[in-house]
Amino acid sequence: MPERRVVIGSKVGLHARPAAMFVQAAAKQPVKVTIAKAGGDPVDARSILSVLALDARGGDEVVLAAEGDGADAALDELAALVSRDLDSEG
Amino acid sequence: MAEPLSGIGVSPGVAAGPVAQMAPPPVVPTDATPSGDPEAENQAAMDAMRAVAHGLEERASRAPGEAASVLAAQAMMAEDPTLASKVTEGVQAGKAAITAVADAFQDFRAMLAAAGPYMAERVADLDDLRNRTIATLLGVPMPGVPDPGHPFVLVALDLAPADTATLDADRVRAIITEEGGPTSHTAILAKSLGIPAVVTCHGATAIPEGETVLVDGTEGTVAVAPDEATVQEALDAEEAKLAALRSLSGPGRTSDGHAVQLLVNIAGDKDLAQASAADSEGVGLFRTEFLFLDRPNAPTGEEQQAVYKRVFDAFAGRKVVVRTLDAGADKPLEFVTVPDEPNPALGVRGLRTSRRHPELLEEQLTAIAGAAAASDAQVWVMAPMVSTKAEAATFAEQVRGHGLSSGGVMIEVPAAAIRARHVAAACDFMSIGTNDLSQYTYAADRMAGELADLLDAWQPALLDLVRVTAEAGKALGKPVGVCGEAASDPLLALVFVGLGITSLSMAPVSIPPVRASVAAHTLAECRGLANVALDAEDGRAARAAVRDATRS
Repeated sequence: MPERRVVIGSKVGLHARPAAMFVQAAAKQPVKVTIAKAGGDPVDARSILSVLALDARGGDEVVLAAEGDGADAALDELAALVSRDLDSEG
Repeated sequence: MAEPLSGIGVSPGVAAGPVAQMAPPPVVPTDATPSGDPEAENQAAMDAMRAVAHGLEERASRAPGEAASVLAAQAMMAEDPTLASKVTEGVQAGKAAITAVADAFQDFRAMLAAAGPYMAERVADLDDLRNRTIATLLGVPMPGVPDPGHPFVLVALDLAPADTATLDADRVRAIITEEGGPTSHTAILAKSLGIPAVVTCHGATAIPEGETVLVDGTEGTVAVAPDEATVQEALDAEEAKLAALRSLSGPGRTSDGHAVQLLVNIAGDKDLAQASAADSEGVGLFRTEFLFLDRPNAPTGEEQQAVYKRVFDAFAGRKVVVRTLDAGADKPLEFVTVPDEPNPALGVRGLRTSRRHPELLEEQLTAIAGAAAASDAQVWVMAPMVSTKAEAATFAEQVRGHGLSSGGVMIEVPAAAIRARHVAAACDFMSIGTNDLSQYTYAADRMAGELADLLDAWQPALLDLVRVTAEAGKALGKPVGVCGEAASDPLLALVFVGLGITSLSMAPVSIPPVRASVAAHTLAECRGLANVALDAEDGRAARAAVRDATRS
């Protein structure tokens, strides 16, 4: 299954606004994407509660995974989003 | 018209309007039995969650800036696919819709709460969502701040921080709570918004929905179903009083010209325009916790400096007293406070957190000094929860070491007040936080509404500590201010002036009545009133005696 390992660029981690932006972007993808902390269980990237409960901090590495048509493009887009400092963007 | 209800007036002003009761959180029935039709149960649960999400989205579209994003984020939670599938699993396992919903929310609540104290606001959002969904399923009134679509008087058991995030100050004419005390969240919020409020008002939650009430937030009374003439008379009198207050302006002075600085309290850079527009000599308490709350790690020096600079620029040419980070007790921060302290109010909080994290204080002082050097405000810096002379000396030296002119301490711990002469000698100024000082003097939790009489800032033991501190400041030529809620009481302000307090810091809305009260008395009269208060047996008697003395 295609995967991307990416370090979280937002200092606050995947919380508050960055988490909401990530979940909204995941919901727009044609495939189901999961997110996990290294060694942890993957959760649905469209679930804001699951993403918040991951408690992924700035600098932590997360694993994004998806399967099916368009999986690679979806993962590239989401990985790029996660690596940016979303909180400092206006 | 029946006898008016009475409580404690915590935010001045008079207002009238129809009552909207805040419904209590719904109770999940323990005996909910599934209908035996999982399909129908699931449909009911999904419909309720969707209805709640739509309601939140609709409110978000009407709410201003920050509130809109809070509501939109909550709507996202309501539409969470994993939450929905947990509910569906529960129903398929034979649970009733309401039980499945309650259990699914409980699972996520436990997960978020386990992530740490900075997740507290999200947990509160989730609880609110749960209550809304349960209320929808039960067909009972929606909990939380009501939205009747017209201006109203809000009546509640008590308000939690989460309830007030979306409170629309233009719609809420007054706030009445059955519980809560003078230092409760409700009181502080109402005062900062300038909304009249009465707390610990017994019988308030029994007032019928839509009934007109006349609220006097100065006297602490609530008239139920007053006639129109009474309402008009009260509103006219209030308008006349406000007009008289507005005619006075400028620095605080007693009638014989003794200067008393009137300052504002601020807790962030959000209401800066309103706070800086107030006729004051500056900021007596700039709380900096807001920069650190609800995040997993500390803000950078750069981020802090930018915020401090905005505040200093808004008060250019005036004084700004910055209080360094006051974490711990009711304001836990994951990266600062010690988890699971048995008694956090007596634990590692305030300045004490710098024992473990000296780097946080160092970074904050660097940011304050950087912002101060680039602005025209007179920047003073003080530490919270100082107990000893040694702490005061170390802190003041550290402040001066950053090139800042003035390092002082908050007097909140009785030990520091009792030894004020020593503490004053070691630093540049003192500022009395009456809320915490009364909590520690009377060994009474400041959030405990039923102990409100002990937490009363009129209590003579508290006033004795204020006197000792003010005398120490006077002997050594060091300013001594009061920056707790008590400073906003126009009558108590006279007592403080009489005790030797040199500045009073309060919510902007409270300044005009305090200015007028001080301007109507000589320093000698204030000293006489201070003696009257110190001679009283308890807080209630002190207030009554001072009130009588000002009327004679």
